[in-house]
Amino acid sequence: MIQREAEKIFETRELNVNMGPQHPATHGVLRLVLDIDGETIVKVTPYVGYLHRGIEKLGESLSYFQALPLTDRMDYVSAMSNNIGYCVAVEKLFGIEAPERAKFIRTIVGEMSRIANHLLWLATHALDIGAMTVFLYCFREREWILDLYEMICGARLTVTYPRIGGVKNDVPQEFLDSLWKFTEEFPSRILEYETLIDQNRIWLLRTKGIGVISAEEAVSWGMTGPTLRGSGVPYDIRKHMPYDAYDRVEFDVPIGTEGDTYDRYRCRMLEMRQSNKIIRQCIEKLPPGPVMADEPKFTLQPKDMMMPITHPTKEMAYFIEEKACKGCGMCLRACPAKAIFGEKKKPHKIDQALCLQCATCFVTCKFKAMKIIPGGKGLSDEKLAELATAPVPEEITKAAEYLVRQFDFVKKGPRAPEGELYVATEVPKGELGFYFVSDGSGKPYRMRLRAPSFIHAGCLPRLCVGHLVADVIAAIGTIDIVLGECDR
Amino acid sequence: MNISNIIDQQTLDALIKFGINVLIIILKIAVVLGIGLLHVAYATYFERKVIGHMQVRLGPMRVGPHGLLQPIADGLKLFFKEDIIPEKADKPVFYLGPVIFMAAAMVNLSVIPFSSHFVIANINVGLLFIFAMAGMGVYGIFISGWASNSKYAFIGGLRSSAQVISYEIAMGLSLVGVMIMTGSLNLTDIVKAQEESIYGMFAIPQIVGFVVFTIAAVAETNRTPFDMPEAESELVAGYFTEYSGFRFALFFLGEYIAMFIMASMATVCFLGGWTLPWYIKVIPFINYVPGIVWFLMKVYAFIFFYYWIRATVPRYRYDQLMGIGWKILIPVALANILITGLVKILL
Repeated sequence: MIQREAEKIFETRELNVNMGPQHPATHGVLRLVLDIDGETIVKVTPYVGYLHRGIEKLGESLSYFQALPLTDRMDYVSAMSNNIGYCVAVEKLFGIEAPERAKFIRTIVGEMSRIANHLLWLATHALDIGAMTVFLYCFREREWILDLYEMICGARLTVTYPRIGGVKNDVPQEFLDSLWKFTEEFPSRILEYETLIDQNRIWLLRTKGIGVISAEEAVSWGMTGPTLRGSGVPYDIRKHMPYDAYDRVEFDVPIGTEGDTYDRYRCRMLEMRQSNKIIRQCIEKLPPGPVMADEPKFTLQPKDMMMPITHPTKEMAYFIEEKACKGCGMCLRACPAKAIFGEKKKPHKIDQALCLQCATCFVTCKFKAMKIIPGGKGLSDEKLAELATAPVPEEITKAAEYLVRQFDFVKKGPRAPEGELYVATEVPKGELGFYFVSDGSGKPYRMRLRAPSFIHAGCLPRLCVGHLVADVIAAIGTIDIVLGECDR
Repeated sequence: MNISNIIDQQTLDALIKFGINVLIIILKIAVVLGIGLLHVAYATYFERKVIGHMQVRLGPMRVGPHGLLQPIADGLKLFFKEDIIPEKADKPVFYLGPVIFMAAAMVNLSVIPFSSHFVIANINVGLLFIFAMAGMGVYGIFISGWASNSKYAFIGGLRSSAQVISYEIAMGLSLVGVMIMTGSLNLTDIVKAQEESIYGMFAIPQIVGFVVFTIAAVAETNRTPFDMPEAESELVAGYFTEYSGFRFALFFLGEYIAMFIMASMATVCFLGGWTLPWYIKVIPFINYVPGIVWFLMKVYAFIFFYYWIRATVPRYRYDQLMGIGWKILIPVALANILITGLVKILL
């Protein structure tokens, strides 16, 4: 009665709180506009796009090779997995296949990235809920994995180690040894994190029954990855549409039952153990062989084929054959040292003192007027003209031809067959899909990404409404969101 | 003109005596304040070191040997930082908030008996005075949350008021057992009663009260796992989100002094203050150690416990925290009073 009277006099409305884009717990630049009634959430509106860099659009103006480093910058927490997803998709578009060894290596680094991602997820999720020590324990092991990355490719975060058609280079033995040591140690480290939170009363209170979503609903909201598996749907692309070496290793897909924050937490903890198991199997089964597919039309070849030109045994000279030169001026413009001179439509000449021997002119010349003369360094022009009549050694011609092709290839990119294609891979956050529309040129006509973080961010209102303010933080943590991937 | 012509000898003696007393009190205040502020500086250092080592890292290492000068560097930095005041803040109240908060914490130092003869004001209602001043601190928090004109600060202020008020009840009730056993509210008397009792410290017969007090003390000082008002992952920094520079430092000072007060309360009311139980006193030569050493050791052990909790457990949710306060701690404390009273009557 009194309340009803009071409602007549006072107007009550929800408090509108703007959480983010600068907020310690929104994992980057997620912005949530909360309508709260006391401490209860009435409405959540997620706003994304603060980290939009136009990766999809950029992909349209870059060749397939050049777009690869962009995928590092999407989910920067697990860059390896993104690279693999992109490479697998482009390989399928080209119709090529990576060699066995490369496939196993990619499986290893992919699972390492899954562990590294889940460690970061656990660290921040626990920190958001207030368990501070777990954060630093997780980072200790993540650091170990990043050091291992450094051993194979020199980079720690934006790796670009997997390449189209394989991996950048073979793994050193000491990397495999350290990784083996890591896999031996890691299960006991997981137990260490679990002693802190797994059965902790406060942790259970904060995660059980929070953000519950049923299996049907999770599927219809488009959830994937551990976020979906927490609701009990055993959907894992590694199992159902195996890529790389996943069909040759044994692993389980852990699923939850309740579909709450705690179940998703358990799923990820078990997944780390499975990843550890996969890495061990891959190291045991790692076959010998090349790490880059032998597909000269689509992949960059090892650089030692260019050695006769780039690292010659006898110092050589470049010389323009007067008869063949039409004076088009292409080499003149291309020369970085400005060593070529001459008038238009008249044979050009090379100033040997300025020549850097970079082979740029050799690649540029369309009329094959450029000659490479081994041991020609320091000789006079007359002598060189005399020597130029002799045929160029075959290995040098081959290397030069290769250089030309490589030059062209890197500049224009490999030409993909026409068509459309969607390829999904299982990244730590869920299903990362690449959709390409190719018009047969060296660049995709359209590159579209299905980013799991974006779809999960859309589920936030469903997970938060009706809970308290503190549960929003738990919900953001449980969907494992990275805004770099969400906004692209 | 001789001074004795105006006032007689007796009054002069009284005046001199009064003057000396005032001087002694001022000296005591200076010592306690100095120690208090130094404590705050090095309590932060101690905290960072303890938590650092618990979390497989080293804590501050750069400023001075083993980072020993870090607190001083921090203080200097805070002092020279720009003092930003939000445009739409209620300025007089905004200025007042941190002052009230810190003053309410600092003033408690006056009634804490550090040793048998070292207490600034040996008043008979010492315990009540501390409760009153702890209640005053809430005003500081609440009005600073209100005056900031920021939603995070506002929610933080609301949470903190609710939390401190509900846990104050539990804390007060947990100490009633001690009051019954002593029959006094004077803190010095409470310590003396413990020394004379067969247990040596009230933590043994009043174990329930001690546990309730410990939990309530953590909540009262807004520390993990009850650091809801300043839950950084939800409310950025709670009620002092908008404060910067030295105003922020005042909140910091207040919080650490409040921690010291709570630890001292635990020491005085449950752990026997500066005295030792008779069963430890039998160890030869131990009586030569001054009481203040035992007092500080107990206080810092309690503060270490605070840090240990912070490094271990996650944070409660607001409703869970209130649930614990009202549904568990207060009934338990009431039952404890009942049993203590019954035992007191029957024996």
